Amino acid sequence: MSERAGAALSLGFVTTFITVVVALPIAALAWSASKKGAGGFWDTITNPEALAALRLTLAVAALAALTNAVLGTITAWVLVRDDFRGKSTMNAIIDLPFALPTIVAGLLLLTFYGPRSPVGVHLAFTRGAIFVALLFVTLPFVVRTVQPVLIELDVEMEEAARSLGAGEATTFRRVVLPNILPGILSGVTMAFARAVGEIGAIVLISGNLPYRTEVASVFVFLRIQSGDPDGAAAVAVVLLAISFAVLLVVGGIRRFATKHERP
Amino acid sequence: MNARKLTLRAIALGYLLVILVAPLSLVVWRTFAYDASGAWKALSDPDTVHAFKVTLEAAAVAVPLNTLFGVLCGLAIVRRRFPGKGLVNAFVDLPLALSPVVVGLALFLLYGRTGWFGSWLNGHGYQVLFALPSIVIATVFVSVPFVAREVIPTLREIGDEQEQAAHTLGASSWQTFWRVTLPSIRWAVVYGIVLTTSRCLGEYGAVAVVSGSIQGKTETATLRVQEEYENLNTGGVYGISLVLAAIAVTTLILMSIVKPSEERY
Amino acid sequence: MYKSTKSVDKVGTKGRADVTQQKTYDRATIIRRGAAVGASLAAFGLAPRLAGAARTHSAGTTLNLVAYSTPKPVLTKIISDFQATPAGQGVSFTQSYGASTSQAKAVIAGLPADVVFLSTGDDVNLLVDAGLVNQNWDEQGYDGIAADTVVVFALRDGNPKHIKGWDDLTRPGVQVITPNPFSSGSAKWNILAAYGAQRHLGKTDKQAIAYVQKLFGNVVSQDTSGSNATNTFLSGKGDVLITYESEAINARLQGKDIQYVIPRQTMLIELPIAVLQGSPNKDLANKFIQFVKSEPEQEVFGQFGFRPVNKVAAARFAKQFPVRPGQFTIDDKTIGGWRAADKKWFDPSNGLMVKIEQHVGGPTAG
Repeated sequence: MSERAGAALSLGFVTTFITVVVALPIAALAWSASKKGAGGFWDTITNPEALAALRLTLAVAALAALTNAVLGTITAWVLVRDDFRGKSTMNAIIDLPFALPTIVAGLLLLTFYGPRSPVGVHLAFTRGAIFVALLFVTLPFVVRTVQPVLIELDVEMEEAARSLGAGEATTFRRVVLPNILPGILSGVTMAFARAVGEIGAIVLISGNLPYRTEVASVFVFLRIQSGDPDGAAAVAVVLLAISFAVLLVVGGIRRFATKHERP
Repeated sequence: MNARKLTLRAIALGYLLVILVAPLSLVVWRTFAYDASGAWKALSDPDTVHAFKVTLEAAAVAVPLNTLFGVLCGLAIVRRRFPGKGLVNAFVDLPLALSPVVVGLALFLLYGRTGWFGSWLNGHGYQVLFALPSIVIATVFVSVPFVAREVIPTLREIGDEQEQAAHTLGASSWQTFWRVTLPSIRWAVVYGIVLTTSRCLGEYGAVAVVSGSIQGKTETATLRVQEEYENLNTGGVYGISLVLAAIAVTTLILMSIVKPSEERY
Repeated sequence: MYKSTKSVDKVGTKGRADVTQQKTYDRATIIRRGAAVGASLAAFGLAPRLAGAARTHSAGTTLNLVAYSTPKPVLTKIISDFQATPAGQGVSFTQSYGASTSQAKAVIAGLPADVVFLSTGDDVNLLVDAGLVNQNWDEQGYDGIAADTVVVFALRDGNPKHIKGWDDLTRPGVQVITPNPFSSGSAKWNILAAYGAQRHLGKTDKQAIAYVQKLFGNVVSQDTSGSNATNTFLSGKGDVLITYESEAINARLQGKDIQYVIPRQTMLIELPIAVLQGSPNKDLANKFIQFVKSEPEQEVFGQFGFRPVNKVAAARFAKQFPVRPGQFTIDDKTIGGWRAADKKWFDPSNGLMVKIEQHVGGPTAG
């Protein structure tokens, strides 16, 4: 096969594949949401139950992502700068939320935090349950984006700062943090996107009370089940827009980081 | 040993223990302490066996397809210029950031009875929704990014000097691809395959929307867990969860073995 | 997603990876080739199955049964009984269980079905309106009903909150579990029973609606289906679960710790069964439905905690299934049948339940 033909075939396969598999379904979604026109779209998403679900989702997702920003950075720090027995196990287990099916995670969380909790924590069927479930699924994100940056970081800069008399906190704030901030930010944004879309870990544990513990993904699911896919599509498009926005932000952070990379 | 270091270590370990390890260990305890025989009975139920088969069949299609796509797409994005490259890049990343229910809905709209493809397909007797094909399509959708996302940074880092060298030495583009490019990205590809497979096995939200949960036909292992839960069969719930958790832990082990060495910390 | 750093493999003289990498190259090649072979085999094995699954007109007799969420145990038995009869020889069944309204909508969206066994006539009417079920479905034997049950309160061991009647459910601090009325048939029965009970106690329409609203103020979990609600209750949440008598009995038969009480004013739940007009196996489907209504199978219903519609079988279970003095049906004048009830309560835009959910769940609550 000639080089040109091979390249063309390969490129053709790639573009066709991504179009058929991803782009077309998304187009069908956007089209369905627009079927009732801009007015109809607005009416559907300003339906009080939909708004309540979206508000709850965004709030709890943001809280979980930010909590994991702090704890994830600490975890990444410990993994990179510390050394102790079992560290590699600890490192491996961080990816558990990526590997475990979300419905299984949800069931385990229900067992652990439900009315018969072995540790006496009764969070199930409250917003607290949603928060904990989202902590679980977003745990790896910031850890995995901060780790490589911490490794690359030149320890000499910190030592120089210390030898100039800076305390630990100052060193961290002025030397380390600016360098790992892009990593933290991209991790947090991806964690947020993941949290906004989560369903498997939440649907069994939250109680799905409209206006109280019903999240956006459950709202969409229930609308599909009640034979209103167009109503579902309106809220789904909002979630889709959030996903695209997140990807844009992450891409922007990446470009900013590489532009301002310290040598 | 300074106190700050110990405190940080304690915080990190404690957090992981509470959020990850404790709930996970529950599945082992609950299965064996409460209803081991019920778990075994549920696992040998033909509908459960079939559910695992459906999951594996969907993965058997999605993993090779997405591996092939991932490698070719990585090459195209890194090495070539073409119109719409940014758009392709965005769509490849999208499944990572998109809710699985939204994925399910999009497929529902495309392949349902009144959908763009669905109306033609159903009119000619092809059942996509509420049948195996929709499960496969959903699984392919959600696992698109992983191989590509591993291959792209690798290719960028390596650069194309080796390929150019091979070219000047007279190798054809196929030989170059097979003997220079592929070996240089081999571990990225393998790592990507592990991630893809894991994602396929764990998919829930999208297949919950499109499959119809027909017992013994369109249930996946994850849907089966929910089915057993709805049927008040706690033995089945924990038994199947235990198997899926064991697969997840195996995946973690595989990931740490196969992880490209520069990503080891 | 993150930028990973990789060192470049040094180029050997032959334009291949370094010789010291040879071993791993071979291992990787083997893995890759093995995976390719495995994948091709899988694809080949998969192709006929995909092709087979793709066609809707399957050869041989299969009946697709779509049911609501809780009757799996009794249907499993009835199906195997049917398969032992001459009419049912060699017939295979597919079964799908889920929340009643969701299942009806799924069938409308294309879920394959020959027979539907749902929990409310309202959901069968959805299929009638979609042209999938003949509108004379409720003129068949027993008005199209396969079995009955009643609305009950499932309670904790020892009934610590002393719950006996509907008024106890609105006491402060009592936690109630009932499913979401837009997906679950059980939820609809519960709401109409609550409303009807109040009307039978002498309350006006307005007062009875206010009661339902107060009741939902005490609801702590609205699962998507009756069986999910049972699970939530069994997991320890809530003081009372409003459910089918058949589901409470079913849970007990499965060894779960659950008690129940039938309130004085309760509603007779009539569970409809119907054949789909477009079914390629209509005769067989009808035979199955007649089988379900036959006396021996009605006895099976009784054994699994349902109230048989067949009079002879019902008589045999009379002691087990007391008829409460305040029992009423969907055709009660305070409710007026499914069409009226649906319009009044369950319309997704203007129904009373939409307003009640909003009122109860607003920012001041929970």
